[in-house]
Formats: sequence, structure tokens, C-alpha cells
Amino acid sequence: VAKILRLRVNGADHEVAAPDQAILLDVLLERLGLTGTKRGCDMGTCGCCTVLIDGENRLSCLTLARQAEGKEIATIESLGGPNALHPLQRAFNEIGGSQCGFCTPGFIMTSKALLDRHPHPTDHEVKEAISGNLCRCTGYIKIVGAIQTAAKELAPNAPTPAPSVPARRSR
Amino acid sequence: MTLAPIPDPKKAVKVPDVDPQAKWKPYREGLAKGEHPHKPKEGFKILGKRIPLIDGPLKVSGQAVYTDDIQLPHMLVAKLLHATKPHARIKAIDTAAARDLPGVVEILTGTDLGPDRRFGVLPLTKDEEPLASDKVRYIGDLVAIVAAEDEWTAKQAVERIEVDYEDLPSYLKPMDGLKPVKEKIHANIGIDQSNVQKHVDQEFGNVEAAFSKAHLALRQKWKFQGVTHAFTEPHAVIAHYTAKDRLTVWSATQVPHYVHRALAEVTKLPMHRIEVIRPQVGGGFGGKSDPFAHEMAAALLAMKTRRPVKLLFDREESFYSGRGRHPTENEFGMAFAKDGTIQGLDIEAVIDGGAFASFGIISTYYNGVLSMGPYKVPAFRYKGRRVYTNHIPSGAMRGHGAVNSRCSLEVMMDEAAERLGLDPIEMRLRNLMPPFSRTINDFRITSNGLRECLETVRKASKWDERWRRMPLGKGLGVGCGFYISGSNKPIHWDVPGMPQSTVHLKIDMDGGVTVHTGAAEIGQGSDTVAALCVAEVLGINLDRIRVYAASSDLAPIDLGSYSSRVTFMMGNAARLAAEQVRRELQQAAAELTGAAAELFVCQDEKLVNQSKPSMQVSFLDAVRKAMDHKGALIARGAYNESSVGGDFKGAAAGTAPAYSMNAYVAEVDVDLDTGLWRCTKVWAAHDCGKALNRLAVEGQIEGSIHMGLGQVYSESLEYRHGNLRNPNLLDYKIPTSLEMPEVEVFIVESNDPDGPFGAKEAGEGPLLPILPAVVNAIHDAVGIRMHELPITPDRLYETMRLQGGWKKPKTPVPAPAAIVRGGRAA
Repeated sequence: VAKILRLRVNGADHEVAAPDQAILLDVLLERLGLTGTKRGCDMGTCGCCTVLIDGENRLSCLTLARQAEGKEIATIESLGGPNALHPLQRAFNEIGGSQCGFCTPGFIMTSKALLDRHPHPTDHEVKEAISGNLCRCTGYIKIVGAIQTAAKELAPNAPTPAPSVPARRSR
Repeated sequence: MTLAPIPDPKKAVKVPDVDPQAKWKPYREGLAKGEHPHKPKEGFKILGKRIPLIDGPLKVSGQAVYTDDIQLPHMLVAKLLHATKPHARIKAIDTAAARDLPGVVEILTGTDLGPDRRFGVLPLTKDEEPLASDKVRYIGDLVAIVAAEDEWTAKQAVERIEVDYEDLPSYLKPMDGLKPVKEKIHANIGIDQSNVQKHVDQEFGNVEAAFSKAHLALRQKWKFQGVTHAFTEPHAVIAHYTAKDRLTVWSATQVPHYVHRALAEVTKLPMHRIEVIRPQVGGGFGGKSDPFAHEMAAALLAMKTRRPVKLLFDREESFYSGRGRHPTENEFGMAFAKDGTIQGLDIEAVIDGGAFASFGIISTYYNGVLSMGPYKVPAFRYKGRRVYTNHIPSGAMRGHGAVNSRCSLEVMMDEAAERLGLDPIEMRLRNLMPPFSRTINDFRITSNGLRECLETVRKASKWDERWRRMPLGKGLGVGCGFYISGSNKPIHWDVPGMPQSTVHLKIDMDGGVTVHTGAAEIGQGSDTVAALCVAEVLGINLDRIRVYAASSDLAPIDLGSYSSRVTFMMGNAARLAAEQVRRELQQAAAELTGAAAELFVCQDEKLVNQSKPSMQVSFLDAVRKAMDHKGALIARGAYNESSVGGDFKGAAAGTAPAYSMNAYVAEVDVDLDTGLWRCTKVWAAHDCGKALNRLAVEGQIEGSIHMGLGQVYSESLEYRHGNLRNPNLLDYKIPTSLEMPEVEVFIVESNDPDGPFGAKEAGEGPLLPILPAVVNAIHDAVGIRMHELPITPDRLYETMRLQGGWKKPKTPVPAPAAIVRGGRAA
């Protein structure tokens, strides 16, 4: 049964008639036409569908649209268009953090959440933060480089970063 | 393994009387022995810098349009029914219950389509159908397609389709398919009554003699699990049969031209009534380089319904469509002289082709013949068998056919070096092919920067101080690579003389340069390469250039983004087209100034008289003069095969206009308590000729290291009774940001004589050396030589337990010469 969902996306209010089980990703892509968010697996394994909900990076494929009611949803479209790129977007482009581009919006939204809460991350903290986003093109190296480049631009007066944490084994 | 001889020995290639010394003698004058001369090419205005992708701003802002982003009016949603049996005859399909569901518009099954709808990427092995008409050949094979008004209805309808199967014997081990079988997987393809789809038997020189005279001969069995591309964008296709009786298909493909051909065969429409559009593609790596059954099925559905149809794969389906690296069992024999020079190579390989042929003929050759370089091989024997099984079809994956055999070869070089008491880098240097020489099977080697690659990584990694001298658990390993820069022969020969790549240019009075190419941008930066080549020749800024590469109606044909051919072939075509325009502009400048045309060079958006630099004509003035009373400037350039390679059966396989070379050193850290290991650092030197865009070359090298490392760390397609157990990105583990090592990239520019501006490939070759470099580094760290991938921690730990503990290998100690026969792959 369709209900009226009230969603605030990229600063604009939308009313969407959708069933209770409607997934946020589907609503963004198919109802609101915000196709910058990408569908890579539909099961929370790749991170391509990452959006911000109240500033936190969230997988929109695992989020019911109604769970996001009353919250601020931000997609890649909120950052900037091709002629007015956000520093993160510009860095991903210039440093080579994007090749095929399909994972890129998800990575940028994840890194936006990271830099918003932690403007001066170490490389290892960046790697930890993006470890839920998969990229098959770049080997992540230029993605980490892009995030750090943007971090310097967004918060130039960085305190000297704390000594980096020794790399944790992940497997 | 000892493979049985082929049934028809006449089909074997035997060339006993080769003269290796004559082949290796550089055919170019003025080359001293062992000299690797590459003068840096300089004077480029735009090439050789770090240029962001021209479509990058669209991608980072989420505005790049991928297939799934396209919405057409009145579009239907399609879903597929996949086979649930590995090998079974379809007795009946009942679609009545599905058709009853409101919102279901059409259902197609293989029996509806009738026979004669076969297709396949290679013209000799067309063994695929849009939907299985008679039997299913693997779990995931396509059985039926449903079109409905919405996705939910389409899914419900698929579940309501009943298929009555009659089970057939399934063949899940390639070894079982070498012998005659009860029910061939493909009745009309393959060798006699076996499931062998392709065999290759080649011998050059005298291998028996080489091995019997050798100071050291090693034989080793290897096992490699299958791996898959794991591109981030699942397959997607939209088909629309328009009012003008034209079929338009949008598809996430690396090979729009092959899709175009297959669609014509399957739909029976002439090619000119089909348009193939390649939107932005979210990665391919070979996984989108076949024409696919789902593309054909969607097209047929659109023709039947006369409405646009969209079919989007979920992640599981993208695993089923397959075409990954073949699960491989091989045995490598290598014979060496006392000084470490290779005396002979004796390879047997059995590769699991899965249910379809795909690029299988080529894959079978590549598993052997791409071992002919980068070292001098005076005697070579190869027996290759590609066997159909009831597994997901294997195909071309980045480093097609060369990756597993390269790993075997390079690890055995390491082992031989140890037994001969040599440094493995030193031993490789003793074996290098000279530039401008030939292999004994007549691959023509042009530029070769491998010596520089090896010396670079040796120095950068402090190899001489650290190899064998690091503490237990830490180690360094080296590996080299050798890969084709495009395949010299195209895979179709029905239109003789058709160029492999054509580029059109159009320049009108606005001064913008439109580049039309069929080359498939899949993230590797081919649009950017096209723009760079044109901008370099015309001396203009990139913002004047727009690349239209998506539509087969607009673009001249390029064979596609596979076999590392695009920069080499399309780059040359773009260069030639631009040079034609440049001649017209020089002529226009001459007419405007009265000076001779050949005096003008194009630079900084101007034509400048070299002998009198104050005499300048702006680019725009020259364009407008050149088009005076004629209209827009148009030009074309084409890349054609060159006359290289031998003339025996199969000589085309592996014959390339140029070869990339590379050498990596990897550093690993093994946890002695658990066997958990990490690659911590890679020094990667790659000879790609002139690097046209350094940013893109680095990206290719780093991405290759990621993909190759995945195959050593954790990636493996795991089956149970023919059913893939891990068709998702949680259970099929590709490396995350945390597993990726630090990488130092060194671009070695050997400047190829035939490449565009001296360039060679950088897309696939860089994957090859990482696997053996890591395997060799693990040996240096803990003394365990693994002969099976992936090297999961449990497997490494168990091998250590069986071999009696971790042990730092000694600095090279000469061992007595012997014939050493490695046992079962372990």
C-alpha cells in the first residue's frame, strides 16, 4: 500500500507516494531522478550507493526510504555540477581517483562524511573509512591521494597530524 | 600431467630446425649486443603530462550517464530466468501461470525463438544462443526472459515459470572432459567425443635434446582457481525497436562492434538497421568483451513487444555471465644451463572453459605462446587443452591467457636461480630478448625496456642489500611480464582490408574539433587518449575537442577495448586523421601568408612559421581559410594490421605489433603465528613506450596491482556441485583499501617505433608481474614456495606445517644439478 513519504533530499522537500518497503536507493533513482547514486550490488557489499543521512555515510540500498523521513539526505548531486566541482570532486578528477567512475559518487560521499567529522585524517584513517567502498580500477591509491588533497584544501590550517596508527591487519 | 597426443597429429605444429641465434640477432642496424637504446621522445606539447580524464568532471559529479541511468518513455522491465541445473535437457517450459499475472507483457523462451540464432565472439565457435533452446549447460544459463510493466511483476513472473528438466551427466572437472564423454556439452564443437573445445600442440626447436643436455631441469605442477572481473557496474542493456524498423541497443559493453555483429546474426536484421550505443561503462576488464546472450534476448523482446525494454543484472547475475580467468592446471618444465640461461620450455596446460567457447581458441594459445618472451627461449613445446565444463563460462580477463602461465614461469625462474646459486634479477638479465629481434616462433620484438625496468626496481627496492637479508617473515620477490600491445590479426576476416580502427575528424567554422571513434571508453581513458593525440598534432587546447565514441551510427568502427589495443591502434588512427587536417591547415596558412606550407608548425593554437616565428596564423583563421567554399574540414585515419608474424597454423595468436615489458619487486610480511600475510610495498616498473598520459598509465599500473594481488590473496570462484557458492562481493573477496600496498610506479619509456608517438600498452601487462613477485617474496620471507593460488593464510600455514616450519632461505647456495620433478601442486 502506497503511503506519502516526506523526504528532504539535497535541501529540497519531496513528497513521494511509495509503499512501506520502498528502498531509499530506488526512490532516489527512479522517483526523484537522482541517478548520480549508483546501484552496484543491492546488498550492501560495494558502497556505490552511499549517501549522507544527517551527515553520516549510509548505504541507500539497505535503507528503507521511510527510515530517512525527517532527516537530511544528501546525494552526490548536492556537492556540485561538472562546472562547479566541490574540492573533493575536483581532487578525485585531478589526482586520478576516478577511472570508470561508477564507484566514485559513493567514495566521494563516504569521504565527505569522513572529512566533515575529521578534517585531518591520517592515510590509515582514510583507508579505514573507505574500506567499505570497493573500487576495481584504481587500486585505491589515487583515491586516498584525492581525499588527502581535498582535506588540505578544505581545512588548510591543519594542526600537525598525530603520528599515524600502525596498520591493522584486516584479513 | 602427461597429456595424450592429439587425435590428428597433422594439426600439430612442429618446427624442429629453428636457429635461435639468427632470430635473436637484432634486425636493426647499429645495435650493439645487449644494448637497449631508447632515446626519450621530447618536444611534445601536451602528451606525456598528467592529464585528468576529459569525462572526469561528469563522473565525479554523478552526471555521467551509464546504461541504467537511461529512461525511455513507455519502457518495460525485463528479468531473466536462469538454469538451476548444471547440465540438463529442457523437456518443457510452462509459462501459463506467469502470463496470467497482471502487468506481464511478454515472455520468450529458447523454444519460441527457433534454431539458427547462434552467435559467439569468435566466428569459428558460435556456440551461444539468446536463450537455451535445447539444454542448459551451467547453473545460471539463460532459459527465459519476461517483460513486464514493472520490476516487481517481472520478478514474480520469473518465479512462476515452470521448467521440466531431464538431468544429463554433468562435467565439472576439466580433466574428466579430456576423454570421450557420454553427453558432449556442445555436440558439434570440439575434439571427437570429448569435451575438449580447443587443443594446441606446438614445438619449436628440439625440446627433448634441450632437457637432456640441460644443467638443471625443473618440472612443476600448478593450480590456479578461477577468478572474475568484479567490475562495479553490473551488466545492463536497453533495447528499442523503433517505428522506423530500426533496432537500437544501449549496452554496457567493451565491444560495441561485436555486439553489433551478433545482434545482426541473431535478429536477422541487416547491420545498417541496428544501432549500438555504448553509454558510460562502469569497468570491464574483459568481463564485457563478449556479445552476451542477455543482450540478444533483450533485443528480441523489444522487437516482439515493440516497446523499449530495460534489463539490469543484479550482482549475482554478473557473476553468472562470467568470462573470468580460466581455472587452470598446468605443468611447467624449464631447462637451464649452468649460467642460468634458459635452454628449453615445456608447457602443458588444461584450462576450464566452462559452458561456452568465448575467446577460448585464443585463450588456449595464449596460455603457452605468451611465455615466448621476454626471455630468449631456444626450444619450446606446448600442449594446451581448453575443456568445456558445466561451469560458468571462462573468457578474457585482464592479462588474458598470460597471467597464470607467467606466474608459473617467473616463480620457476626464481627457483632455478636459487638452485644455480644466482641472484634472480641477475639471472633474468642474462636471459633478456634484445630489442628489434624475433622469438623462435616469429614474434617480432620492437622496443624493449626490460633491462631498464629490472635495474630500476633493483635499485629502488634496495634489492642488493635486502633480498635474503630481511628477518624471518619478511621478504622481497621479483617478477617480470611481457604482453601484447594489441593483436595484430583481427578476429573477423569476412571484410578483407577492414582497418582495426578508424577515426573521423570534423572541424567547422566554430573551431571545435569533433572526434568520432568507435573505441570503447570503459574507464581506461580512451576518449582522453583520442583527444590528446589530436590536440598534439594540431597544437590546440583540449577544450576545443569533443569525442563522440558512443554510437555505431556516428562512429567509424573500432574493434573494441580488449587485448590492450586501443591506445596503439586508435591512437595511431587519430594521429593520422589529425595529420591530414594539419596538412590542410598548413596549406591555408601558406595561402594567407605567401610562405611555404611546410614551414608552418601547429603549436599554442597557432600555425607558426618556423623560419620566421613572427609570421603566425591563428588556428581559427587557418580553419576558416581551409574550409573556404568547401565546408567543414573532414578527415579520417585508419590503423591496419602489419605484416609481422610466422606463417604456421596459429601463428597469429600472440603476434602483436609491439609488446609491453615490466618488472616488479614486491615486499611481503608474513605473520608467523597464523600464516596471514600482507603485501606491504611494490616497486613497479613498466615499459609502455611513450606514456601519452602519465596519470592514466599510473592508474592502470596501480589498478593492475590491485587485481593481480586479489588473485594471490583471496579471489577464487568456489563451486559446489556446479553451483557457484560465492556470487557476491562479500564472499568473493577483492582487496579493499586496507589490503592495498604502497606502490611506487616507474614508467620506463622505450619509445616504440610503430606506436602512436612511441606508445605501447599499459592496460593489461602491468598485471602479470605482481603475482610471481609476491609468490617469490613469500618464499624469501618464510622459505615456502607455493604452487597454488590463491595463497590463503590457512593454505600457507598448512604447507609450512607439512614442510616442517618457516625457514629463511639461504643466500643463493649452488645446489647439485639435477632433474627436479615437483609433485602435486601444493
